[in-house]
Amino acid sequence: MLFSNILIYFVVIPLLMLGGLALCRNIKQIRAVAVVGSTILTGLSVYLLVDYLGLRAAGESAPMLYCDSWTWFRDLNINLSVGVDGVSIAMLLLSSIILFTGSFASWKIEQPKAFFLWLVLLSTGVFGFFISVDLFTMFMFYEVALIPMYLLIGVWGSGNKNYSAMKLTLMLMGGSAFLMIGLIGIYYQSNAPEHTWDLLKIAEYGVNADWQNFLFVVTFVGFGVLGAMFPFHTWSPDGHASAPTAVSMLHAGVLMKLGGYGCFRVSMYLMPEAANELAWIFLILTGISVVYGAFSACVQTDLKYINAYSSVSHCGLVLFAILMLNTTAMTGAVMQMLSHGLMTALFFALIGMIYGRTHTRDIREMGGLMRIMPYLSVCYVIAGMASLGLPGLSGFVAEMTIFVGSFQEADTFHRVFTIVACCSIVITAVYILRVVGKLLFGPVQDEHHRQLTDATWWERLSTATLIVCVAAIGCFPNFFANLIKFTFDGAIFRAIGLN
Amino acid sequence: MEATIPVLILAMPLLMFLFLGLFGKFLSPRVSGIIGTAGMGVVLLMCYYTAYVYFFSGSPEFINAEGNRLQAIICNVDWLQFTDNLIIRLGFLLDPISAMMLVVISTISFMVHLYSNGYMRDHHGVYERGFQRFYAFLALFSFSMLGLVVATNIFQMYIFWELVGASSYLLIGFYFTKPSAVAASKKAFIVTRFADLGFLIGILVLSYYTGTFNFTDMTSVPVAGMNDVYAVSAETATGVFNIFQSKAAAGFMGCSVMTWALVLIFMGGMGKSAMMPLHIWLPDAMEGPTPVSALIHAATMVVAGVYLVARLFPLFLVNAEFGGYALDVVTWVGAITAAYAAMVACTQLDIKRVLAFSTISQIAFMMVSLGVSREEFHNLGYMASMFHLFTHAMFKALLFLGAGALIHAVGSNDYTDMHGLRKHMPITHITFLIGCLSIAGIIPFSGFFSKDEILSSCFGNSIFAYVWMSAVAALTAFYMFRLYFLIFWWKEHKVHEGHHAPKDQPWTMTLPLIILAVVATLCGLIPFGNYVTWDGHPYDFMAHFNWTIAGISLAVAVIAILVAARMYKTENPLPAKMRQAMPRLWDWCRNRFYFDELYMFITHKIIFDKICRPIAWFDRHIIDGTMDGLATITNKASYAIRGLQSGNTQNYVWVYLIGALALGGVTVAVIFLFC
Repeated sequence: MLFSNILIYFVVIPLLMLGGLALCRNIKQIRAVAVVGSTILTGLSVYLLVDYLGLRAAGESAPMLYCDSWTWFRDLNINLSVGVDGVSIAMLLLSSIILFTGSFASWKIEQPKAFFLWLVLLSTGVFGFFISVDLFTMFMFYEVALIPMYLLIGVWGSGNKNYSAMKLTLMLMGGSAFLMIGLIGIYYQSNAPEHTWDLLKIAEYGVNADWQNFLFVVTFVGFGVLGAMFPFHTWSPDGHASAPTAVSMLHAGVLMKLGGYGCFRVSMYLMPEAANELAWIFLILTGISVVYGAFSACVQTDLKYINAYSSVSHCGLVLFAILMLNTTAMTGAVMQMLSHGLMTALFFALIGMIYGRTHTRDIREMGGLMRIMPYLSVCYVIAGMASLGLPGLSGFVAEMTIFVGSFQEADTFHRVFTIVACCSIVITAVYILRVVGKLLFGPVQDEHHRQLTDATWWERLSTATLIVCVAAIGCFPNFFANLIKFTFDGAIFRAIGLN
Repeated sequence: MEATIPVLILAMPLLMFLFLGLFGKFLSPRVSGIIGTAGMGVVLLMCYYTAYVYFFSGSPEFINAEGNRLQAIICNVDWLQFTDNLIIRLGFLLDPISAMMLVVISTISFMVHLYSNGYMRDHHGVYERGFQRFYAFLALFSFSMLGLVVATNIFQMYIFWELVGASSYLLIGFYFTKPSAVAASKKAFIVTRFADLGFLIGILVLSYYTGTFNFTDMTSVPVAGMNDVYAVSAETATGVFNIFQSKAAAGFMGCSVMTWALVLIFMGGMGKSAMMPLHIWLPDAMEGPTPVSALIHAATMVVAGVYLVARLFPLFLVNAEFGGYALDVVTWVGAITAAYAAMVACTQLDIKRVLAFSTISQIAFMMVSLGVSREEFHNLGYMASMFHLFTHAMFKALLFLGAGALIHAVGSNDYTDMHGLRKHMPITHITFLIGCLSIAGIIPFSGFFSKDEILSSCFGNSIFAYVWMSAVAALTAFYMFRLYFLIFWWKEHKVHEGHHAPKDQPWTMTLPLIILAVVATLCGLIPFGNYVTWDGHPYDFMAHFNWTIAGISLAVAVIAILVAARMYKTENPLPAKMRQAMPRLWDWCRNRFYFDELYMFITHKIIFDKICRPIAWFDRHIIDGTMDGLATITNKASYAIRGLQSGNTQNYVWVYLIGALALGGVTVAVIFLFC
């Protein structure tokens, strides 16, 4: 039965929302649909989380739970297969929270109907991607998530939006091309008795050793483009700078996680031997990402550019940790995805709100906002503190898990890169405090800003939700770590001696 | 001991922070001040109770049959599990130094809470803007600092270490509309963050080889028959040393891996405790309100580095016994910093900066004392260091709060605006004098006893250390009395007559001064060796008291004070002459040896201009340029070949014909050539 599986509702509800939005006549109805839909999704992911933990506590030890499969296209063995583990649940939770807060952040958007239609379509792709365990449907959902981005930036964006939208879409499509080669390669080269797209089956039988290295590189690069891996990250600053608030939030908060999740779920999970052999190449690249992004962020003057480069640095850390191939670091990677998702969404929400008032994102033209908009400014400071890894907020636990995990790899190469990555905690502090000092503190730069108002209720709701989530991860990290850890303790990684 | 009170000690300030932070704006400043002070008062009582129970109850979990004090883990909760062994726990460790620190922190924090009720108002009694926020941050700081000292494992310490850094950042930048305060707060955070990078890497190295974060697993043995009770033991530390010997590489750049780990951890301590060359943030941190300087940048947070070394002291000691350099690094850094800061303190104008450099110098005393501590001298240095930490916290907080009263009365930080205040502010005068006598080391004030112990332990280690530190002690007495005479004597200020004459401040400010003055006078008489020693074994210092050393240090201090009196008591040309006698040295001291300029050069000219900007340029022009270039090439190429798709039939036939002929020609040529 299709509808007896809880996971399918993560796609069905957004589709219903699309239908509902199509019928809406005015902005109130649109808001109602968006808020109700995203609230249900959030509730559903919380329910799923609780239920999942209950099942695990009861001793379920399968790698994925709630598995189900429905034939879609028999001749090519394409199925709609779903299943989740701790990592996907964490991602579902993240996506639904960000959709929820993003809806509030775009309360006053122009042409709301079209905007929300595309936004919800994008989230359909995101949710579909995280629940799929069939490579083909996974790829399909991946594409569904990418295409709306072009229109969302091109139509609702600001600044050099046509250029940015085109650049972002083309680069991500380029990544998809790699990915498609990789996925079809995996389909034909898996050791399974018959050709299959099923992740779990491929993982069980493994992939042809002759092809693994090639396929690993192709898929890792394909997903890595979305994960903002150096040198394929340049879509990120322009794309984020031009995107409207909610799109920036979803993009940095969720879409970039598709990259990290894909790298883990496809490249590492299916081809661990190749990962073991070739990780060093990508470790170098991601290690560069981490410090390179941070250094670049230090001299930017546009708020969104600063956060885009900061995302390059933080997402670099995600891929960096995944490549360490040990349970602790990988758990840290997923925590970093969660943490970065929430934190960046918060940042972009705040930047959007500030930009909506001051009509500038240049930090040289602003100053002393703390006196003018205390609520938004305090939120900005909290987001900054989360970003530079203050204990009690999410960034700290994620980074520390990554560093401790990475340090367990005892050879000089890994040590050196771990220490290089650790240096990012200092550079992050530099650029965060630079922005906070210029933007929020000091004397008021522009006298016209004195008339500006503080946050409205929907802005407060949106940011407060994100802050609560960030603090929840920061204060109770073990809950999330245990949720995630099980995935990496799975038998597949043990098989090749990864600990 | 029941866990209720220890948990409350941490929970109360945290709740106060959340309450005042979230709801402070709905309260009047007066009410929030009272709530904050009363809350801290309760914490104070609980801390005293805990310390009392620890030292005097005689319970078997705190003291064993031989009279050795033990380490007891009162509670411990798993917070984040990395691997099977590496677990961050949040807990409460009670041992001599943590119990002592509870007393220090809660005392000073309460005094500062009380004092700020008066200080954070102007002369008409109007509360400063952000008064509630101030109390919220003070509560946050108290929470973090208390959490730091009771940490059961090094990662918990790191967590609270970062939190005290953040609360220090928030409090230094309290006057956030003032650009200098913002810059100072940023500087403080980034410099200490840089040091924390070393700390973090040190933790990673140490925990990787020992397989634990727990202090007790690194430095102590469990006491048989009891849960969570440990005794400090050199054997465990030796075990850690052996683990490094067997598992780690032989060395790295001439030092063993263990030495590296300890030195890196010490680097974190250098940052927080403002040791040279990471001291530059502390003088600037004086931009914060004065009570904050008293609490954070004089008495508690800045001694965290000393506390860290003391906490891991058995490891340092074992390392030194087997020829490692970690303790020597501590000694040298301390000795150089002490002298440097004392010299600089002699030339500063701003009274808070004089006190800041004095703090740096005094903390360096504690570092040196730890550094020279060796088993053959009963680790007197360790005791002396902790003792000095205690007394210094009291008299330095007193001096800072006194300075705050002066600043509040005069409205300026500069001693040139003060001069001759002794008649106007008698209470401040007397208490400040007690503070100065104490830091100068005059018997019977507290500083005498602790400084004497430090000098004795230096003497035990090497005569060079002794002479060096005695010279610094003389400088200390000199610059403190220079400050004292310049503020309270020198000449009468005419501006101070009449209506706006400075006078003693309200009781909320003078009461803490009086209490601290009493404590600073008497606390030297505490038989400290009975309570705080490195292994918990009581040591009677008075039995080993060396009157020669005490006499010499006393004489040196008195001479220094007399010199200061001769130069600064009444207006005279001597100071100017001295300045002219050594202009170069004076310039260097006045400009703090140009450290700030050096750092400005490194951060702006090198890191920003030579690293960040080129990277940003590279990203925009090379990496992004390549991507754009690809797009441009594609575009150009399609423009170039689009003429072929003209839709003109003649063209197509023409091309077809040429193509067919060329192909035919090639075929014929191939046949001729190969057949």
